[in-house]
Amino acid sequence: MRDRGTGGQAALLLLADGRLPAGGYAHSGGLEAAVAAGRVTDIAGLQDFLIGRAETSGLIAAAFAAAACSRARRGELSDMAELETELDARIPSLELRRVSRNLGRQLRRAMDSIHPHPHFAALGTAPHQPLVMGVAAAALGLGPRDAALAILHENNSGAAAAAAKLMRVDPFHVHAILARMAARLDRLADMASAAPDGPSADLAAPGSPLADIAAEHHGGADVRLFAS
Amino acid sequence: MYVSSPPEMPEARHGAMTARAVLASAAGPAGRAGRIETLRSDGPLVLRKCNPKGPEPLTHRRPDAARVALAAGTAGPLGGDDYALDVHVGAGSTLVLQEVSMMLVLPGPTGARSRMSITVNVEDDATFVWWPEPIIAAHRCNHRHDMRIALAPTARMILREEMVLGRHGEAPGDFISRLRVTRAGRALYDQQLAFGPSAPGWKGAAVLGGGAAAGSIIAVDPGWTDGAPEPDPYHQNAALTPLAGPGVAIGAVAPDSLDLRRLLLRGLNTLGPPWAI
Repeated sequence: MRDRGTGGQAALLLLADGRLPAGGYAHSGGLEAAVAAGRVTDIAGLQDFLIGRAETSGLIAAAFAAAACSRARRGELSDMAELETELDARIPSLELRRVSRNLGRQLRRAMDSIHPHPHFAALGTAPHQPLVMGVAAAALGLGPRDAALAILHENNSGAAAAAAKLMRVDPFHVHAILARMAARLDRLADMASAAPDGPSADLAAPGSPLADIAAEHHGGADVRLFAS
Repeated sequence: MYVSSPPEMPEARHGAMTARAVLASAAGPAGRAGRIETLRSDGPLVLRKCNPKGPEPLTHRRPDAARVALAAGTAGPLGGDDYALDVHVGAGSTLVLQEVSMMLVLPGPTGARSRMSITVNVEDDATFVWWPEPIIAAHRCNHRHDMRIALAPTARMILREEMVLGRHGEAPGDFISRLRVTRAGRALYDQQLAFGPSAPGWKGAAVLGGGAAAGSIIAVDPGWTDGAPEPDPYHQNAALTPLAGPGVAIGAVAPDSLDLRRLLLRGLNTLGPPWAI
């Protein structure tokens, strides 16, 4: 369902833009840790990494953004605590839960200033990023699929942009991966927003074991370029 | 999209096997082994009372543990088969469930999906140890494995899961495994792992990379309410992490099942007594 709410495409571009001052630039989405572990060494490995990430943690984030957006549009903010618990259960890595909550806190701060809405205050002190994305999308008049697509795009392009700083890769080749993944992100956004009003226990839960393991190593690393 | 409610048993298809086994334990007299109240095998799912077959976590010096082994009465599951195992661990009892051998998941004659659903209820002050052998996803298999575990607030649990991507030198078929643990009705751990020709992205460095075996140990102890063990990335391909509740997850990805077992046991032993073996 392509529910665009009362807002339009420009609002979606605003929300998904990597230049939104919400701290995303400080994160590589686990790419730095994967490069450090020697698991990503070339452009083909980068593409596999980004696809695997989009299909797992990306889909989870998108499903929770869609669910949060749908609840915010109906004004049912009381469900957010349960969404927090369900999302925590889907992120075994403590480090990745911290990162998600840090990014959520920063996104809320940015959006509450850019486009204030009382719903932002109803989220806890450090809400997960996908929930803030969902609430922000709703505040901008966007729908669940928009929220899903925004977080898929933001997380994917953020990790891809980090590649240029971590690996010897041609930026055109990196963006070619993003172009090849466009239809995939659309498909994932469809899946993530197929049943945004359903029980939160039914939301997608695809795991990414190596990302969890690498994040715990990265969190304790002395020298690192990116926060995650 | 995934549906969290337990699956309905579908009508049996021609040649496919449908089985539902039931196991229930209850506390025994003080200091004595617990009772097995229900032990209902069904076709390929054979339940037998047993003695320890090797080191077990949590059960050192525990005289009250009741032990049951799950054995395979036939090969499989094969494509189209539908197995279900319901386990009830009664208040105050300790149940150790093991497996006699690895489970080899094979394709069926029609390409239909096989399914195994394990549903576990652990009551207050009860302990559940699920210590199975690896599941091997053979080439061209199509299998869905579902484990749902509901823990009472004071229940304890430890389980391991080990998945092997194909027999030696073979590419795996399609395999999806989901493990969902709730405690006092709230989600504590919920992870699905999918690999095989129909699963996108699993070969990437965020999921399994080049690994041919993946697994985890999940332990839940109400004694950790004030703080689960600290994170411990004890190996390049393995880490112990505290959950957002009184539990830990030990995750590992390895080139083969032996290496996986070694990595998981190393993680388990970092927990110290009574979990270590």
